[in-house]
Amino acid sequence: MTLLDFARGIGMEIALSIFALGVLWRLFSLLLLPWSKERSVKRADAPSSLVAGTQGFFRHMWPAQTSASMFVTINGYVFHIGLAIVVFGFAQHILFIKGLFGLTWPGIPSTFINIVAVITLASLVAALVRRISNPVTRLLSGFNDYFSWTVTALPVLTGLLAVGHYIEPYETILALHILSVELLLIWFPFGKLMHAFLVFLTRSETGIFYSRRGVDI
Amino acid sequence: MTQTVDVQAAANAFLARTEEHLVSYLEACVHCGMCADACHFHEASGDPRHTPAYKLFPMAKAYRSQKFPYNLLAPKITEKDLKEWEELLFDTCTMCGRCTTVCPMGIDIASIVGQARQAFVAAGLGPDDLMQAAQNSKDHGSALNVTPERFSDRLEWLEDENEIPIPVDKEKADILLTISSIETMKYPDSIVAMAKILNHAGVSWTTSTKGYEATNFGYLAGRGDIAKIMVNRIVEAAEACGAKTVVIPECGHAYGVLRWGAANMIGRALPFEVLHISEFMAKLKREGKLKLTPVKESITYHDPCQISRRGGATEEARYLLDGFAEDFREMTPTGNLNWCCGGGGGVQAIGRTADLRHKVFKIKIDQVEKTGASTLVSSCSNCRLTMDESKEALHWGGGLGSLVELVADHLIEDEAPVEAAE
Ligand code: SF4
Ligand code: SF4
Repeated sequence: MTLLDFARGIGMEIALSIFALGVLWRLFSLLLLPWSKERSVKRADAPSSLVAGTQGFFRHMWPAQTSASMFVTINGYVFHIGLAIVVFGFAQHILFIKGLFGLTWPGIPSTFINIVAVITLASLVAALVRRISNPVTRLLSGFNDYFSWTVTALPVLTGLLAVGHYIEPYETILALHILSVELLLIWFPFGKLMHAFLVFLTRSETGIFYSRRGVDI
Repeated sequence: MTQTVDVQAAANAFLARTEEHLVSYLEACVHCGMCADACHFHEASGDPRHTPAYKLFPMAKAYRSQKFPYNLLAPKITEKDLKEWEELLFDTCTMCGRCTTVCPMGIDIASIVGQARQAFVAAGLGPDDLMQAAQNSKDHGSALNVTPERFSDRLEWLEDENEIPIPVDKEKADILLTISSIETMKYPDSIVAMAKILNHAGVSWTTSTKGYEATNFGYLAGRGDIAKIMVNRIVEAAEACGAKTVVIPECGHAYGVLRWGAANMIGRALPFEVLHISEFMAKLKREGKLKLTPVKESITYHDPCQISRRGGATEEARYLLDGFAEDFREMTPTGNLNWCCGGGGGVQAIGRTADLRHKVFKIKIDQVEKTGASTLVSSCSNCRLTMDESKEALHWGGGLGSLVELVADHLIEDEAPVEAAE
């Protein structure tokens, strides 16, 4: 079995299993904690929890006050959207996903994907530079933050190297690319990347908390 | 400091409170640092340690150090952590909720700080003066040692001085008025103003020596037991006189605790409606029961965080001022995004925070000066005290006032259907 065979086969199966079980475990261990019971009387015109939660989710898509953090907001959108385009828009990825799950959809031209991948990588680097250079984020950041950044950036980097045939043999860099994705999948549930799921909980719970008080933030 | 710090007690106390939303908040933080710019303490000091997310570190640590698989590697919370964060959690968070408005994850830091303080107190930590204020509330009825006797004496004196009925312990009343000891001791004119307005409205009201203290220092000091005692005193007083409404005076946290927290503390719905005095006055205006002469001077309004951003009564003050204050000028930012005074959440009662509070007040000075208004009006006596102290320390010349006093001073008394005093 070559490294590529391993990465494509058993490696991917293990990584996906850890990812799925890990995410479920994290979510259930949160959702099974006690829930606070709210006994205060909500405002007469407060919307239902479903509406308030949804509003809360959308409200926090943009900071209520524009400040020095505008760079963080915009740059954050650039790499999040960039990652989504590259992961789900690249024809080879779609083929790979079809092989795994049988699902498919039309791809985006590879030239465009390449440009987006380069922008995404640049944006990730900018996020890292900011994290290290800004005294606030430097103080907040620890292993989890830097490792989560690394496992996110590596697949983009190795993907670009593979597509551009910058490293030979191609099979090796392709295997490394797939392994880097597996590293991301394995780390995902246990580190900061889990925010991709938790964001639905936190934003909507805050939305409900404030809207029952009649506060629009 | 010779305090003994029980680290395990802190961890246990916090873990006992790990409800779903608190843990989600702790776990979801992506350490983006955006909240730093929203916090007045960070804005004033520039100290990265004052970043809201950083203030939660010991709780995240306490949670992870017992949660598989993190516990295999995660460091345990230490005495050093607790001592360092005592200052951050008590001195540099007013639980104002401003950081929530910018957080891309929608994390409500203020909720966690309230719970975390209880854990710190369980460990034997917490600023002495704040702890004493809570203890005084339990032992003597209020943080500033206003005992029931002192309370009724004081009201009697105000009644005589101002020739205005201020009922105490009426047997039956529709409305129970609570009072903040800050008003009793420092701003008695506010009490007189509230009495004038209630009398003007012709409602049946009383104060009670059973439950008079509105400001809940138990909550602010992380003493859940005292917080509950304070709430129960008001509940019992209201039940005794059959009040259907409890009016909270100009105190933001008093409103936050009684309106939004109290039912959860005592485990049942409150048997009355809770209105902040600004909501009560707006209600009177809506019902056509508030006859006022217009205010000519230029004024601007400081939103107390617990009334506006965390209370939901932002528009009530505006509604009241609309047409009444002829030269009303909004500051920037305002309403739910207004800057905190820097003294909420018990910070005002912590003596060692004075310098930091004065720095925070510079943000407010800047906001007010940009409006060009001559007077800054607020509807929280704690904000007012914080700002008055800083005004003096910084020799600022601007005017500071209270919304309830402004209204009372402009009542058209002749038309008032004053209820006959007992
Ligand atoms: S803004 Fe929110 S996610 Fe970002 S560091 Fe602050 S609390 Fe964490
Ligand atoms: S709640 Fe207010 S004081 Fe506390 S950290 Fe957030 S912005 Fe700062």
